[in-house]
Order: sequence, then structure tokens, then C-alpha cells
Amino acid sequence: MRVGLFVPCYVDQFYPNAAIATLKLLQKLGVEVHYPTNQTCCGQPMANSGYEHLTKNCNSLFIENFAEFDYIVSPSGSCVLHIKDHLHDETREGDAQGIRKKVYELVEFLTDVLKVEKLTASFPHKVGLHQSCHGQRGLHLSSMTELVDQPFSKPMQLLNQVEGLEIIELTRPDECCGFGGTFCVAEEAVSAKMGKDRVEDHLMNGAEFITAADMSCLMHMEGILKRKKSNVKVLHIAEILNAG
Amino acid sequence: MSTTSGIKHPELSDIFNRDEERVNWHDDTLWWIRAKRDKAAHSISEWELLRETASQIKDNVLSNLHNYLVEFEAKAQANGIVVHWAANAEEHNKIVLSLLKAKGINQMVKSKSMLTEECHLNEYLEKNGIDVIDSDLGERIVQLAKEPPSHIVLPCIHKKKEEIGQLFHEHLGTAEGVSDPQVLTETARIHLRETFLTRRSALTGVNFAIAETGEFVVCTNEGNADMGAHLADIHIASMGIEKLLPKKKHLSVFLRLLTRSATGQPITTYSSHFKKPRKGQEMHIVLVDNGRSVQLGRESFRNSLKCIRCGACMNTCPVYRRSGGHSYHNAIAGPIGAILAPNLDMKEYADLPFASTLCGSCTNVCPVKIDIHDQLYKWRQVIVKEGHSPAAKTIAMKVMDFTLSSPTRFKLAGKIGRWTLKNAPFTVNNQLNLWFKNREMPTPPKESFSEWFKKNNK
Repeated sequence: MRVGLFVPCYVDQFYPNAAIATLKLLQKLGVEVHYPTNQTCCGQPMANSGYEHLTKNCNSLFIENFAEFDYIVSPSGSCVLHIKDHLHDETREGDAQGIRKKVYELVEFLTDVLKVEKLTASFPHKVGLHQSCHGQRGLHLSSMTELVDQPFSKPMQLLNQVEGLEIIELTRPDECCGFGGTFCVAEEAVSAKMGKDRVEDHLMNGAEFITAADMSCLMHMEGILKRKKSNVKVLHIAEILNAG
Repeated sequence: MSTTSGIKHPELSDIFNRDEERVNWHDDTLWWIRAKRDKAAHSISEWELLRETASQIKDNVLSNLHNYLVEFEAKAQANGIVVHWAANAEEHNKIVLSLLKAKGINQMVKSKSMLTEECHLNEYLEKNGIDVIDSDLGERIVQLAKEPPSHIVLPCIHKKKEEIGQLFHEHLGTAEGVSDPQVLTETARIHLRETFLTRRSALTGVNFAIAETGEFVVCTNEGNADMGAHLADIHIASMGIEKLLPKKKHLSVFLRLLTRSATGQPITTYSSHFKKPRKGQEMHIVLVDNGRSVQLGRESFRNSLKCIRCGACMNTCPVYRRSGGHSYHNAIAGPIGAILAPNLDMKEYADLPFASTLCGSCTNVCPVKIDIHDQLYKWRQVIVKEGHSPAAKTIAMKVMDFTLSSPTRFKLAGKIGRWTLKNAPFTVNNQLNLWFKNREMPTPPKESFSEWFKKNNK
């Protein structure tokens, strides 16, 4: 099994540890991971701003980098969802459709493809799990409070395998953090307020760390935490699953 | 009555957010209603099947709208109801006015109708010498405050009881400082009772109209539609053309969904069926298009017409809860307003589809399964293509495309960005950076992942 590691642009530049943990975790689990060094971005920031027509170059670059792999895995539910929903290329439409079917967010790749049942990680801390919207409502990484459905959670399935980790309960288990891509500056007031409220829920319930399957939400919440001079830290779920 | 005047959602939200305590109160109040909705939905094991059924019935209605409208018209006429057709808001308002004038009536009582808000009927009638009193308590409160409703089901949800007390003191003569809901409601009741007894004309909205029988159903919790309609000489019902259901048996699906989605109640206190005028009464229905057939022709957006106006998408929307209904500067606020409004005026409402993080919660609570957040995404594309996006944003996006199209340029830009954050943070951490207003920038790492990879994976 040849897996292409897709590292979202902002993770590459600002959160290399999340990508390193993803790579090491996959290697630890015996996966042959390749990192195409010419990758940039999935194009979502432009598409969500209404400029999907400007993502053609990003799309062809993505296909060029990833078409050859059996699976494409990324530590970001949001970027994966964008590829799954919107990757097109008139000249390589077959490859585009193929990628849409074989691109996975890290957590779902671990639970659904590798069927990981036992991890050797240890993280003796109180952790709050933030359900990133695109991972949850888009990729169905877990059940959603709005729907009448059997409860399940793929991130929890993995976090439960981490020794010493204690999950805290949240008052609102799946509310958006307010990042929303360019929304975070275009709608600054509401975005920041949503971020503050989400962080407060974790703090009130005693989290030492906040984790998620999406670094963008964590980046947003980290910005709020630092402004509050809080000691609570954010960590991508890969860093916890690969800890100890 | 407009509270805006050209100011857009981000600015209006910014103003709303200056009083953080108030935002917290507004958010908690609506979240409480969302929680009640969840409880009601989870108490019905076939909830998702109900949603799917309602969605399919409405799909059928939209695909056969012409036939159902013609059938409804014929049946309603046979029942003795006069049917009028209005292509737009202006025609609707003129029809209502002419019906009142013909009877020499200059006072009207109105129960809740979002359609009349959409058509700005109150202002029109007032300009033409007709005194309108809204009989839904929430609507009456915003009417006294000279404000538009901020929510389609809970028109005065943005007002605290103390503010309502002050309004009642000014307009209805309660003692100053009284804010006990029991006292205020009783005062409104006495005031409206007099209105019901003296008004000769009543206008109601329509929640559902049945093609098979020619009847229509009005759902209220206060019984105010019935009080108005039963005592008036002339009952006018304003109805959007999408409100149809094929058969009476379909109604049960929608009555089970409507109020559970809206407020978590099993059903509205009153679900009143109007089929024919009582002896000596006139009953009129005004069927209003006002952009609906245009929306029906937009493939990506047509199913927004399935909406039954429950307001669940507003209650769940984390943006709506923290920006308030007036920030949408449209009769219908929230996620559903944001996908309906651009159809009416794309330029004026170009901001609304962007007032969302695309979290998708709206789509999940929608009782008729409108793909609201996908339509928000699609509207963004249309709005940009039609040229309603700010020029600066277009330039920024082109620069982004230029940078991200080339791995070399991307790596260089990243390097410059990280260097700047580390060595000249003042160029980023300042008032020009909207992120920085309430959030710290990420700490730049010493190397990017790709730099690390180059060193460590040879």
C-alpha cells in the first residue's frame, strides 16, 4: 500500500509537528508513506471565498502530485472534504474522480482502512476534543447532535486507545469554533466571539489540552488562548496518538 | 422600519458584538431553543424518516407546482374563496389595499405572516391610510418598537423583558419598571382583545395549503389568527406559491415536524383549517410569486423553496446566535434568509452567503432537508461571477492563486511570512490585521514541514 501524505499549506508552514506526527504514526503502523515535495494547497481558501474558478492550478498540481497513490492521507478533515467535494480537472477528470474516492482524513484512515484497534501511545492529561465541522458533518467522523442516529465517534475510538488520557465532557459537544477560512477576518466580530465561546467551554470543563482532527480550528482556538494568556495548549490529534 | 441603510452583515455584527453580555444572552436563549428541538426530535425514533418524507413531498410539489396551483385555485373557488394572483410584492400590496378600500375599511388586524414582511405590507398600508395592528405578541412588540422582526418564529427574541416592559409602559400604559411576563402578557391580551372585537378585516399568513381540498392551514400558538379571522367581515390570507401540499394526508408529516423543529413543542397550540367563508363573510387568498418562480428556475437553489419557515436553522446557527436577526438586513434572517435573499437582489444581499462558516448544522436540523450550507457555497460562486465581490478581495484571491500555483513561490512566500512574524512582528501584529484584534498570530516554527522532511528523510 503506497500512501501519499498531503500536508495542508498552513500546516506545512506553521504546524510542522502535526505533519511530522502524522508521518511517524503512519510509519509506525507499517504504512509506506510518500511525501510529494511539490505540493502546495487544496485550493479551499479561494473556493470558499467564491473563487472556485481560480483553483484550476491548485487542482492540476494536486492531481500531478497525488494521482499515483493507493491512498492519500491528510491531517485535516476540512482540506480532505474540499478535495472530495470539489476536485475537478477537465484534462484529467478520471484522475480527479479517482482521487476524490481515495483521499482520507487521518483519523478515518486509521479506523476505516487500517482498522487500528491498539495504539501504543500514552498521554496522561485531561483533553477536550473539538469536533471540527467539516470532519464531523462533512466526512462523518462522528455522529452529530442534530441528527437522530446511533452515537459513534472515530476520533474517540482512537483517543480511547491512548494510555492515561482523560476526555473531558463539553457543554456543547459539536459547535463550530468560528474559524471558517476567510470568514475569520471577513466576519471578524462573530468569528472571534465564536472562538472565545468554544475555548471557554473547554476551559470551564477542565481541559489541559484541546485536540481536533483539523489544525485550522486549533490555530483559531490557540490564537484566543494565547490572547487570554491561558496555559492550555492545542495539539493535533496525530500528536496525541503518536505521543509517549 | 429598516434598521440598516446599506450597512452589511460584518459591520452590523460588529455593532451587535460591542455588548458581549447581550450576545451571550442572545446566544444562550436561542441555544436553549435548539436544545428543546433536539429533545423533541430525539423522542421520535422515525424522525429522520419524517424529514426524508417531508423533503420528498416538497420535491414533488416543486416539480409539479403549476398543476397543484391550478388544482388548488379551482378547489378553493368551489369552496367560495376568492383567489388572487400576485406576481410581486407590489401587486400583493395593491390587492390587499383594494379589498379593504372596496369595503370602506381603514383598520386591519394581522396575524404573523413573513410574506407580508417580505412585501413590506405594513408600511404600504400605513402610507395609504390603513391602520394595521399585528396580533402575534412578538410581532406586536416589534411593531411598537418600530423595528422589523429579528426571527421568523420569535420576532422579538432580541428584546429583553425589561425593554418590553418599557415599550408597554410607553404605549399600553403599564406602570414604569414592570417587566413581569405574566403582567405584560395580560396587558397585551386586553389590548388585543379590543382590537379583535373592533376590526372588520383580518389578514393571516398561510403555513400550508392543500391542493386536493382547496383549504389552508394557519399554525399559531396564541390563537390570534383565529380571533382575527373569525370576528372579521373579510379574511385575507397571503400565501407564497410554494406553500402547497398535494393532499390532506401529507399535512400530518409537516405538522409533526414544524413545531418540533421550531421550538421543541409537539405541535402548535392551534392548527386552524380554513376552507370556506362563514355566512356573510368574505374570504380571499392572495397567491404571491415575488421571485419564487425565478428561484424555481435556478437549479442549484430551487429546493430552498421547500422551506416551511420553522426557524430551526436560525436557532442552531452559531453566526445568527451571535449576530442577531437584524444583522441580515432582510425580512428573513439566518441561513435560510441568506440563500433566499440573493435571489431577490443579488447586489444588496451579496454579503449574506458569506455570513457563515459552512459548519453545516443548518442542513442537519432542516425538517425538509434543504442543503442550506451547500447552497451558501454555491451562492458565493454566483455572487463573485456576477461581479458583486469587492475588488480588493478579487486581487487578494488572484495573488493567492499565483502563489499557490507554484511550489517554489509557495515555499518562498511561506519563508518570508515566517521570517516576518519572527523578526518584524509589528508589521503583522497591528490594527490592520483583523485576526490580531482578538487573537494572537501563530508562533512561527524554525522550519516548515517540507524543510524538516528534506533534512530527515533522505
